Amino acid sequence: MTTPARPALQVKNVSLSFKGVKAISDLSFQVEAREICALIGPNGAGKSSLLNILNGVYVPDAGDIIFEGEHFRRMEPLEAARRGIGRGFQNNALFSGMSVIDNVITGLSRHSRLTLVEEMFRLPRARNEERRFRERAHEVLRLFGLDRHAATIVGTLPYGVQKKVELARAVVAEPRLVLLDEPLAGMNAAEKQEIATVIGRLNRDLGLTIVLIEHDIGIVLELAHHVVVLDYGRKLADGPPETIRDNPDVIAAYLGSERTEIAA
Amino acid sequence: MSEIDLRIAAPVNGSAALRAAGLAAGTILILAAPLLASEYWINAIIVPFLILSLAGLGLNLLTGYAGQLSLGAGAFMMVGAYATFSLQLRVPDLPLPLALIVSGLIAASVGLAFGIPSTRIKGFYLIVSTLAAQFFFEWLFLKFPWFYDGNSSATISLPRGLTVFGLNAETPHGRYYLTLGAVALLTLLSFNLVRSQTGRNWMAIRDMDTAAAVIGVPVTRAKLQAFAISSFILGVSGALWAFAYLGSASVQSFGLSRSYQILFIIIIGGLGTIRGAYLGAAFVSLLPLALDWLFQHLFSGHVDAGLLQNIQKGIFGLLIMWFLVKEPEGLARLLGIRLAARRRLFPSSQN
Repeated sequence: MTTPARPALQVKNVSLSFKGVKAISDLSFQVEAREICALIGPNGAGKSSLLNILNGVYVPDAGDIIFEGEHFRRMEPLEAARRGIGRGFQNNALFSGMSVIDNVITGLSRHSRLTLVEEMFRLPRARNEERRFRERAHEVLRLFGLDRHAATIVGTLPYGVQKKVELARAVVAEPRLVLLDEPLAGMNAAEKQEIATVIGRLNRDLGLTIVLIEHDIGIVLELAHHVVVLDYGRKLADGPPETIRDNPDVIAAYLGSERTEIAA
Repeated sequence: MSEIDLRIAAPVNGSAALRAAGLAAGTILILAAPLLASEYWINAIIVPFLILSLAGLGLNLLTGYAGQLSLGAGAFMMVGAYATFSLQLRVPDLPLPLALIVSGLIAASVGLAFGIPSTRIKGFYLIVSTLAAQFFFEWLFLKFPWFYDGNSSATISLPRGLTVFGLNAETPHGRYYLTLGAVALLTLLSFNLVRSQTGRNWMAIRDMDTAAAVIGVPVTRAKLQAFAISSFILGVSGALWAFAYLGSASVQSFGLSRSYQILFIIIIGGLGTIRGAYLGAAFVSLLPLALDWLFQHLFSGHVDAGLLQNIQKGIFGLLIMWFLVKEPEGLARLLGIRLAARRRLFPSSQN
């Protein structure tokens, strides 16, 4: 239903403050359908807060969010999920007492159409849905190379694997837009490359629009079509990665000493 | 992450034939139990054990699976018992099993009402709301004689005794099979439910409720469903406790100490497991017997009965603390570790 002409997401003049402290000031940018948009900026720049506004965890003080042509003064978390906004968290927010596959299937909740009675008696419709959900979850687990962990309780897995489970849970319900908060944090170089490849494929093959926060500039420049730079809750720069890399403001405020690394 | 953790989480791969044989043997044993056990064991130990397991199961769905703390188990049992009494008294045409179901539904709606605060508050504060249910119903069922049909002792007992579709169930065997039927059916339904999307939604809310909402779990609906289903089961177990075990009951049969007892059952047995309710109930039912036996042998019965009771309470208290600190997942997990260790030692039994 998205036409290429219409942006998937527009953020218009959004402001957010915590007890008088401005976290985001009058921020506007837009994300085109089917693009990967990277949010970068130093810690405390308001990146995670912005994602929390986009799926309704925080209520902005002012501004509008326009998702697929519809205006929202605020989102409700459940409403955001129903409209197809997926989310991965910075510090894993997995359901630690559940198995990997159960975590992923829980991500399909918004597609469940069963009544309690159907579930209690395992009526054919319930068995059908369970089978479809399980197949879908396995499909996504395979995509992330997680099949062999399917039955493992997620809290017992190493951090890097948990990160992948979180990604799998975020995309299992086939969202239209997925918000990823540092999906590569705490991974080694090989794992980072692996996950970056999967994110790239999700975007390319499934046409998924992605907004992600990432500190690894190398990965950002490789993956993103569009970069928004935040500093102290303000937008510092907005454009394709090449222009960001050469923007003197950005270099001064954020990249600083990392410039040599980028040039290399 | 230890190797043990991984092994427990892996599905149990017993040989299918062996499991089927075990299941068949278990079923026969359970069905034939009344022929093997004495009347005393059926009336005083097995039947209450089954009913406490059922109550534990009900609370475990709410507290162990959905993570909503409740001290109102006694209240919802009470509602079930008084509803069954009223239905049997005032709607004599309704057979007992149907009366149990309707009573369960009444308890479920009461549970739903007292669960509404859970959509706004959690943890410690929610306990207060469920505690309010406990005190409110103790007051209500004593205050208005209509609830106990105005009899002088303020107790309730079934006007026509235990009759199931015309059959008299007022014998030890009758009580056993009635209880077993209800417990088996509700256990099966609960088992199905916790393996379904609703069960996963409950556990998701328990483990991390903000994330649950963000990924699309209908948090409010799932919490209220947990209260309703849990109260349904507690309601049925309360009716069974009153009429299949005690015979006649009063509000004291479902006081705050009953709520604590059910909570201890699931803490000791294992929060968030179906078998935990059974293990915990077995423990709670058998510990007094074991202690009694022990003291008989150690001191040849020279211990005062009152003292014995207090010692029991002390031991319970210590065990609860030990479980909360050392093994929050209770007996269910301790046994799981044993099984896993055995499977490691004897890999041939696993294929």
